[in-house]
This record gives sequence, structure tokens and C-alpha cells, in this order.
Amino acid sequence: MTIRRHRECVSNQTLAWLLGGLGLVMAPHALHVPLWLTATVIACGCLRYVLSRRGERLPGRTIRLLGVIAGTSAIYLSYGTILGLDAGVALLCLMASFKLLEMRTRRDVLVALLLGYFLIATHLIYAQTLLTVVYLLVTVWALTTLLITTQKADDGSRPLAHTRLAATMLAQALPIMVILFVLFPRVPGPLWSMPDDAYVAMTGLSDEMSPGSISEISQSDEVALRAEFAGDPPPRPQRYWRGPVLSDYDGRTWAQAGSSAAGPPEVLALTNATDYTITLEPHNKPWLLTLDIATGVDRAARFDAAHQLEQENPVRERIRYQARSVLQYQLGETLSGAARNHYTQLPDDAHPRSRELARTWRQEQTDDAELIEHGLGHFRREPFTYTLQPPRLDGDSIDEFLFGTRSGFCEHFAAAFTVLMRAAGIPARVVTGYLGGRMNPAGDYMIVRQSDAHAWVEVWLEGDGWRRVDPTGYVAPDRIEQGLAGALPQEALVPRGAFEGNGLRQHLSLRWDAINAYWNRWVLAYSPALQQHLMDRLNLGSWQRVALAIAASMALALAGLATLILRRSRQRPMDPAAAAWQRFCSRLARHGLHRRPDEGPRDFARRAAARWPTQADAIDAIAQRYGALRYGRRGGKQELRALHLAIRRLRLNS
Amino acid sequence: MWHARLSRAHGSEFDPLLRAAGGVILGKERPIRLAVACMLAGGHLLIEDLPGVGKTTLAHVLARLFGLDFRRIQFTSDMLPADVIGASIYHRQGGEFIFHPGPVFSQLVLADEVNRATPKTQSALLEAMEEQQVTVEGETRPLPRPFFVIATQNPDSQLGTFPLPESQLDRFLMRISVGYPDRDAERELLSGRDRRELIAETQPMLGQEELLALQQKVQSVHASEALIAYVQNILAHTRSTPEITHGLSPRAGQALLRAARAWALLDGRDAVLPEDVQAVFPGVAGHRLQGSDSPDGRTSPEALLRDVAIP
Repeated sequence: MTIRRHRECVSNQTLAWLLGGLGLVMAPHALHVPLWLTATVIACGCLRYVLSRRGERLPGRTIRLLGVIAGTSAIYLSYGTILGLDAGVALLCLMASFKLLEMRTRRDVLVALLLGYFLIATHLIYAQTLLTVVYLLVTVWALTTLLITTQKADDGSRPLAHTRLAATMLAQALPIMVILFVLFPRVPGPLWSMPDDAYVAMTGLSDEMSPGSISEISQSDEVALRAEFAGDPPPRPQRYWRGPVLSDYDGRTWAQAGSSAAGPPEVLALTNATDYTITLEPHNKPWLLTLDIATGVDRAARFDAAHQLEQENPVRERIRYQARSVLQYQLGETLSGAARNHYTQLPDDAHPRSRELARTWRQEQTDDAELIEHGLGHFRREPFTYTLQPPRLDGDSIDEFLFGTRSGFCEHFAAAFTVLMRAAGIPARVVTGYLGGRMNPAGDYMIVRQSDAHAWVEVWLEGDGWRRVDPTGYVAPDRIEQGLAGALPQEALVPRGAFEGNGLRQHLSLRWDAINAYWNRWVLAYSPALQQHLMDRLNLGSWQRVALAIAASMALALAGLATLILRRSRQRPMDPAAAAWQRFCSRLARHGLHRRPDEGPRDFARRAAARWPTQADAIDAIAQRYGALRYGRRGGKQELRALHLAIRRLRLNS
Repeated sequence: MWHARLSRAHGSEFDPLLRAAGGVILGKERPIRLAVACMLAGGHLLIEDLPGVGKTTLAHVLARLFGLDFRRIQFTSDMLPADVIGASIYHRQGGEFIFHPGPVFSQLVLADEVNRATPKTQSALLEAMEEQQVTVEGETRPLPRPFFVIATQNPDSQLGTFPLPESQLDRFLMRISVGYPDRDAERELLSGRDRRELIAETQPMLGQEELLALQQKVQSVHASEALIAYVQNILAHTRSTPEITHGLSPRAGQALLRAARAWALLDGRDAVLPEDVQAVFPGVAGHRLQGSDSPDGRTSPEALLRDVAIP
């Protein structure tokens, strides 16, 4: 027979704190679980509190069982599965809230709290930002406080009374956390396999470009990459970050060329190289961004025929790599016939008016370079406008843009100019990437945001190779000189970070970004490869050595903690007279005379004097001095010195 | 100035007084010392012992030595409060009530066998002890100063007695017992002169004013932080010992420190040592701790002290 021990359950007050703590733990999940689940969790918490408040019985087994079945079914209906990350987390939240309804004994409370710790860990699936981690640490603190409260015999005590103890305990656990973080072997990739759809939400450049696609990215304030330069950062007009190169064209959409056997074109450096390190935010695509134009990176990635840098797998975690670029260069001096065909290809029936325009240009200009200049000048001569909100282009997009609306974002200009060049028989392609980037004075690195997304054109000239031209610069020179906000001062849709001011808000936001960058760099970027590197440098090649290092550093940390705690638990700060007396007592103890803990100085001195009659006076003097220092009205440095001296001079024969 | 005399070699200003008392009550140095400490601390003394061990003599000698006027009240079960504190009696000549002070209006009162009186009479005495004054028929009369009560109890004869309740026992600073004299002392007692003659010959060694001044001086004896911590440790220990129903109260703690100060002063020091606390602790705590009289002695005051380390 089981006896329900109602006495063991928590008091209403502690229960309220407990519910609050678990609510704190689950709150961030409300961002991604369905609304009904949030409502159910809150309802369960409220129900539990009301029932306890009124002293009513908790729901019976049948009701609870029905609730579990209904909840599980609802999760299945919402997610299509009860496995997987999202559904699993949702199920965990639901079950944790059901657990509240059957929390009767102290053991149940313990289970609920441990479930809470587990729930805290699940947040890291969704976000690993510094802010998240700080929040999670606060919840760990709260749960630990509650754990202490529920373990205390007197349930009446307020949890707030234990926050200090909880903080102390967590602080004591900190060294162990750091040791395990640094030394515990890291698993390549996440411990669990992430479903593919987990990366859908990542913003970034696409491998296709159609009218409107880049202006869409430009709305985002998110960071695309951060770069630290070994020397001076390049001037703003040269901050072209090369991304996907698009050369396949179907009349509306530009796409990456299919893989070709051709190797990367050769690069001839015309200036000194610029060295820098990039921290690339995940974008779920395989390409790596570099400053135009890169000559090498320290990562397993290769340049393709269009000199686009790609790695094997999509970038799904924040990565860091070093790169070297030359800002003045000559790229691809020769062009094969097939390549020439590819880069001048246009759909047969597309853009008749544009082709006509190109033809007239071609008739006027025989020299390719002059034709290009003339073509670029067209955007300045004609009333083109640069805007984030171009009118819709429904028919033949290029013709409509060039001869009708005449207002567009960088992708419109880049696409139209490429079409014009190709129509004039000059090999041309669209390059997408980012233009710009702002130095963060708080961290001495450059931030490139999604709002810096840009598209420009590369044209090939005989004897000159691929040359970068930016038609946008002819419409809105400010875009290149000052960035998006400078070019579009009136448009409200330009994201916040794109504005570059010196206000307090900008200052704080940059400072915050710098802190985050450090977090990313020193904590999140600590990958298995980096750990391996560290281990090699620490000469911890084999796993036995790693295990030994973990054990040794743990032992060291625990010993340090133990010393600290022991020292603090002693009389602190120890009275110097008492310390001297203790030394005297231990000296006598070594000679066989132990002072009882309850023995006062006079009694002990009397005993000692009886044991060493020749030293009776000296012992008596020591006890007198100690008594005067510790219990007397005044105790100066001089008396203390005299006590030390007397103890030192004492000669005992055993 | 610090007079650290750990050994008794140098002696203190009280030594002649203590020696004189010891010359009358033989071999009872410690009870005499405790009684004098009790007087210096301004507290009252309860002596629990068999008849004939010298309780009355002790009280008498102390009264003589300090030059106090001395009254003895032999408590019996038919005694009324008025027999202790006095009463107003109608005076025919003056045609008015005149207050006749009772024996309690003395500087040193020996309340013999206080547990023979009814609770009503007991409480009349105990209230007078506490308040240092007596209220008769609406009129408050102060008791003489200094005012010192030595009460005696016979622990064995339970028949027809009203043992003092715990709350009343708290009014006594100390409870001590005198005990039988040892063999040498007893031989001297038997062969020596009559004690009453000796008492009559005893000359006062301190005046009343001096006693009051000394009582003031007790308050100024230094108790260092370390010593206060020790007293606190003792108090905490009595409260956390399960065999003891109620630990020592804060008032008992004050009493302990006051007695320890007096003990230190008796020893000629102006600061309290842990040994002083230990010396007075059984006297101060014994009657205040329920359960400390257990036969196995595990929770006797002495045993309790052994469990508390000196910080």
C-alpha cells in the first residue's frame, strides 16, 4: 500500500515560485511552438496553482492519461510527427506542464526541476547568441535556487533567501564548465542531425537573381559577415565582396552556370595583397565570400571557372577563414570560344528593344572599351532613378525597365547592362555579393550586413580580362561612396543598421555587435578542428592524454575550490594573536601536550607549566600576552611582536 | 591598565577580604568566591544545600565584611507576604497607619528555606528582589541599596515544600551549593573556636559605598569580541542540545557575562578571559537549564562547556 505523503509536497508559496521558474524556462519556446501549446502550458500552470491554493485534489489518473493522449495527438497534428527536434521540444514542454498536475511528493518536484534543466538545454537548438546564453544562465540560477529551496527542510523559507547560495554554487561549478568546454572532445557537427528545413530561414544571397531579389535581401539588417583586416581596411569604393557569379540567363532570371571542367582563371596581381579574416554567418549555401578578388583562402574550398569560391557543403554554421585578396588585378586574360559563347548568350526572342539599342551602340563604337563606357554613360544620360521599391515589371523586364519605368535597384541595372553588353557582343556576367561594410570602432573589424547586398557586372575585354563595372554607380554614385542609406535617404524601408550615424544608439549597437563578435569568435567558433589544433599545440595528441588532462585539471580546480571554501569557513579574518596562539598550541601538541578545544589560555598554560617547569615563566608570559591581545582592551603591534618573539624563543625538551 | 595575573601569585585587592571569609568558613574558597562575585555583579544568590553546611554563616560573614545590615527570614508554610515585606499598623496615639518595614528592608537578607513558604509569600520576596522596591497599600517604598538576597533551599526534603518555579529561579544570578568540608577543614572546624564568635570579631573591610562603586566597576570590565563570540557559542550550544528543553535565554546570556566580569574583577583583571566564563557558568546556568540535572551528567553545565570550543 502506498501512503500519499502530502506533507512532503511544497507549500503554496514555494509552488508559486516553482511555477514562475518553470515559466521562465519555457517562455522563449513560445516563439516557435504553436499558440495552442503555449496556452495549454499556461493553463496547466494556472490550474495547478488554483487547485493547490484551494486545497483541492489534483486531477486523477484517467484525466491525466486523456490529457497526455490528446496532447500527443495535437502535437502530431501540428507537426506531422512526434519525433524530430521541433515536435520533440513541443512534446517536452507539454509533458513538463502535465507533470505539474501530478506533482505530489518532493520527488515529483525534483523531477519537474530536472525536466526544467533539460528544457533549458533545448533552447540552444534554436539560438546560441550571447543574449540567449545569458538568459539561460539566469534560468539555471533560478532553477538552482528553487532546487535548494525545495530541498530545505523548512519549506516556509522564501526562495529569494537562497539565491546567494545558488549563485555561489554555480560560480563554483564555473571552472569545471570551462575545463569541460575546452578539453572535452567535441563532436564534429551537432550531436543530433538537424532536419534540412532547419536552415530555411537563413537569409543571404541566392544562386539566382531576378528583379526584386536583391532589394528583398536589402531589407534585412542581419549581419552577413565580419572581417578583420591585418592592415588598413580597403577604401569604401573597393569593398566589393564577391559572392555567386551568375551567367545563365533565361530572359528573366539569372542563375549560376552549370559546373564546367575549366579551371579557375589566372589572376595577375597589380597591387600588394590584402590579408584579412572573415567570420561568415551561416547562409545555407556553399559559397564563401571574399574581397574582390581573392587569391587564396585557408579553407577547403575551390575557385570555379568564374572565380567564385565554393566549398563542398553548405555553410550551416558560422565559419571563420583567412583570405588574401588583391584589389587591383587582371583576371582571365584568355577566353575560350565556348566560354565566349556562354557569356554572350541571350534568349533568342527576348528584349528586342534592348538589342536594338545595343546594336546602335555597336554601330557607333567599334572599340569594346569605349562601347562599355558609352553604355555605362547611358544610365547617367537618361533619367534613371535608384530605388528600393521599383515598380513591378510584368512583361519583358529588361525592355520595360530600360525604356519604361527607368527606376530600379542594383539588380535591375546589373541585369540590364549585362544584357546590353551581351547584345553588343561583349562577354558579360552578373556578380552578386556585398558592397560596403562598416568598421566597428569598438572591435576593430568590419561589419557587412545583408543590407549591403549588391549586384554588379563583369565584362571581358581582349587583352584586359574580366573587368568589374558597376552601372549602379552611374545612377547613384552615393551607393558606392556612402552605402545604401546615403543613396536612399528618403526611403523609410532602409533597415536600421544601414544608416550610419554617430548617435548613442549607433554607438551602443556597434558595441553590442563587437561583444557578439567576440562571443562568436571565442566561444561559438570553437570547433572540433580548432580544438584539435589546440590539443596539438598543448601536446595532447592521444585521447589518453586528453583524459589525463581533463582529470588533472578537474582535480586541480576542485582542490582549489576546496582550499578556498575551507579557508573561508575558518575564522576570517583570523586574528593574528589567535594565529600565533594556535601556532604555540600546535608546537606544544607536537611535544605531546594537546590543548582541549574548550581549554582557555590560562588553564592550558598552567598545564603546560606543570609539564615543563623550567619554562613555566616563559609559558605563563606567552599565555598572558595572548590573553591581553585577544581578550584585553588594547592590543598593539608591539605586543603582537612580543608574543611572536616569546613563542619563537620558547625551548621545549620533550 | 591590564593586570594579567594568570597565576594567583600576585594576588588582588580582594584577597584580604576573601581570606578573611575563608578564615571563618573553612575550605570553601570557591563558594565564597562565587558568592562575592554574585554580590559584585549585583545579583542574588540561591544556595541549594543541606542544613548545617554553613549557609547562614556564609551570609553572615559576607554581611559583616561588606558592612551591610543583615536580617534572616526563616520561611515557613504559614508565613504571609506581610511577614516579609512589612505592614501598615494603626497607631492609636497618632490616630494613623504607620508602616512597619518587614525584614526584607535590609541590605543583606538571608531567606532561609525559601521553598517552605507558599508561592504567594515566595513571589512577594522575589518581586522585591526583582524590582528593588516594595509596594504596600499603594505606596512604593525603595529597598536599601545595596540590596542582596541569599536564599537557601533544601533539595532533599520535598514534603510540604513549594519548589521555586523555573521562571522565578531566573531571578537568582547564581545557584551554588556549599557542600561538606574536606577532612582538614572539618578538623580545624571541630577543634577551632565557635564560628559565631569569629563572625562577631570580623571587621568590615569594605564600605557600602565601595561596594556600590565596585558594582559599577564590574560593568566596565572589558569583554572582547572573541570572548563575546565564546559566550554566544555557549548559548547556541545550550539551545541546540536536544536533551535541554529550553536553551539559555538572552537574559541568561547577559547574566553569564555579568558574572564572568565580576569573576575577572575578583581576580584583579579588567578583561574577561574564557576561564572566567567557565568558572561562573555552572552557577549561572545550572538552575536555568531544564534537563541539565539528568542523572548521567551528560548535559550538566560542566559537560556542556566541554563541548564548546573557545574561539
